[in-house]
Amino acid sequence: MIIDLKKFVANERPYWTELESTLNQIETNDRRTLALDELRRFHYLYDRTASGLAKVSSLAAEPDTRRYLESLIARAYGEIHETRDRQHRFSPLLWFLQTLPQTFRRHVRAFWLSVAITMIGALFGGFAIALDPEAKAAVMPEMFASHLGDPSERVAQEERDKDAPSAGHMSSFSAQLMVNNIGVSIKAMAFGMTWGIGTIILLFYNGVILGVVCVDYVAAGQTTFLLGWLLPHGSIELPAIIMGGQAGLMLASALIGWGQRSTLRVRFRAIAPDLTTLIAGIALMLVWAGLVEAFFSQYHEPTLPYVVKIAFGLTELVLLCLLLGRCGKMAEGA
Amino acid sequence: MSKTSTLLIRTPEGIVFSQLLAGPMSRFLAWLIDFCIVLCATIAVAMLLTLLDLVAQGFAQAIGMLLQFVLMIGYGICFEWFKRGQTIGKRVLRLRVVDVQGLRMKPSQVVIRNLLRFVDMLPVFYLVGGIACVVSRRSQRLGDLAANTVVVRIPRITEPDLDQLASGKFNSLRSHPHLEARLRQRVTAQEAALALHALVRRDALDPQARVALFDDIAKHFQAKVQFPAETMEGITDEQYVRNVVDTLYRPNRSNRLTPADTAPCVA
Repeated sequence: MIIDLKKFVANERPYWTELESTLNQIETNDRRTLALDELRRFHYLYDRTASGLAKVSSLAAEPDTRRYLESLIARAYGEIHETRDRQHRFSPLLWFLQTLPQTFRRHVRAFWLSVAITMIGALFGGFAIALDPEAKAAVMPEMFASHLGDPSERVAQEERDKDAPSAGHMSSFSAQLMVNNIGVSIKAMAFGMTWGIGTIILLFYNGVILGVVCVDYVAAGQTTFLLGWLLPHGSIELPAIIMGGQAGLMLASALIGWGQRSTLRVRFRAIAPDLTTLIAGIALMLVWAGLVEAFFSQYHEPTLPYVVKIAFGLTELVLLCLLLGRCGKMAEGA
Repeated sequence: MSKTSTLLIRTPEGIVFSQLLAGPMSRFLAWLIDFCIVLCATIAVAMLLTLLDLVAQGFAQAIGMLLQFVLMIGYGICFEWFKRGQTIGKRVLRLRVVDVQGLRMKPSQVVIRNLLRFVDMLPVFYLVGGIACVVSRRSQRLGDLAANTVVVRIPRITEPDLDQLASGKFNSLRSHPHLEARLRQRVTAQEAALALHALVRRDALDPQARVALFDDIAKHFQAKVQFPAETMEGITDEQYVRNVVDTLYRPNRSNRLTPADTAPCVA
C-alpha cells in the first residue's frame, strides 16, 4: 500500500490525540459515563485510529507510530468491547439474600462432596482416638494444644474460672480466629488448582481434628459441654470452611473439565463470578463466627447455661439452612 | 503449545494488535516493590497501634491483626480493581494485568487472581507461580490461569535518536527517490528495527564481529533493492546500512513525529 505518509500523519494526528485524551478521561475517572454523542464520537475515533493502524502496519519506516497506535487501540478496545454483564448498582442485601444462596445451590453437589470428605476425615479421626488415645497428640495441631489434656479436667477448669476475660483479650482472640479461618477457607479454594488434591487433604484434615475433639469429649462424658462450646460458632464456621472446600472443588472441576466440551478458558470464565460470591459469603460468615466464638462460646456454666448456648447454635444452623436452601428461590423460578 | 511473548488480539473490525507479555523476572520485581510497600504500611500501622495499645490493650492487637490480613489480601485487589490492573509495583515496572482477550478485568477476575496467590506463593517466594509462569504459554501463574488474565508490558515509546547515527552525514541513496520508495515498501518493520539496533549498539561490538554483522545486513538490504553502483562506491557496509536506516526512518525530515507525538499515555 502506498500512502503519502506526511499527509496521512498530519491528517490523522488530531484524531489520535483526541482518542488519547478521551481514554485518559475515562481511565482517570472510572465512574464517568459518556453521553450518547460522546460515545458515538469515541467509537468513531476508535474506528478511525484502527483503520490508521491497519495502514501504518504495512510501513517499515513507522514502527514507533505503529506501536503508539497499537497502544491506543489496545486501551480503546478494552473499553469498547468490554460488554460482559456489568452490575451497575450493588445491593448488599439482595446479594446476601439472593445471589449468595442461588450461587450456593448451583454448585450444591460440590458442597455435599466437601461434606462427605470432611465426614470421612471425622470418622477417621474418631476411630483413631477411640482405638489409640495417644493419637491425639500426633493429630492435633499446635494451636489446639489446650485440648491435649483430659476433657473432664478442662471442663471443670472452664466452669471454675468465673472471671470473664477482658474485652481487649476477647477482641484479639476474635481477630485471630477470623484471620485463621478465612485464611483456611481461601486456601481450601485456592488449592483447587492442584486438581483438587490440596482441597481434599485440607478438608480431610479438618475433619480428622473435628472427629478427634468430638470423640474425645463424648468419651469423657462431656457431650453437653462440647455442644455448648462448639455449636454457637461451629454451626457457622464449619459450613463456611466446607463451602471453601466447595469453591476449591468447583475450581478443580473446571480445571479437569471431566465430561465438559468447553475449553479451559471458558470453564474458568463460567465459574469466576460464583467463586467470588462464595468466597465473599464465606468471609462474612467467618467474621460472624469469630465474633461469636470470642464473645459467646467462651462463656460456660454457670455464667451462661449450656441450653442457651445450644439453642443459640441450633437457631443459627436453622437460619443458615433456610438462607442457603430457601432464599432466592422465587427469583430463581421467575 | 509453544511459548509466546506477545498477546495477539484480533478485533471484530479485523484489526490485529499485539501487547508484550511480561516475563517472570519483571513480575517478581513488581511483586517485590509491592511487598515492600505492604511491609512498610504494616510497620507504620503497628507503630500507630502501639500508642493505642497504651489505652486499650488487646484492641490494638486485634486491629493490627485484622489490618495486616486485609492489607496482605486487599492491597492487590484494591489497586488492580480501581487502578485498572496496576499495583504500585506494576506501575513502576510498566506492567498491567488485563483480561486474556485484551479486555478490562472484571471484579471477579481481580479477586480470583489475588486469592490464588495462596497457592502460587508455595512453598516459598512464589516458586509454584514462577514455574507456572515459565511453563505456561502466556506466562501465566496459576491465579492468572484461573482468572483468565495476563500481565502485559506497557512499552515506553520514544522516537529513536537518529541524529546521533546520521546527523550531518551525506546519504547517497537520496539521489534515487524512486528506489528509496521501493526500499521502504519492501523492508519490514522488524528488519528496519534490527538495522537500527545494530547501529545503536555498534560501538559495543567486537571489531571483527562489527564488520561481519554490517556486511550481512548490507547484503540483505541490497538483495531487496539494487541501487546503482556509483551510489555504493566508496562507502562501507556500515555506512550503507546507516543510509538505509536514514531512508527508512526519515523519508522526509519535515515529516518526523516528535517524541511527544508518539509517546503513549500511561494510565
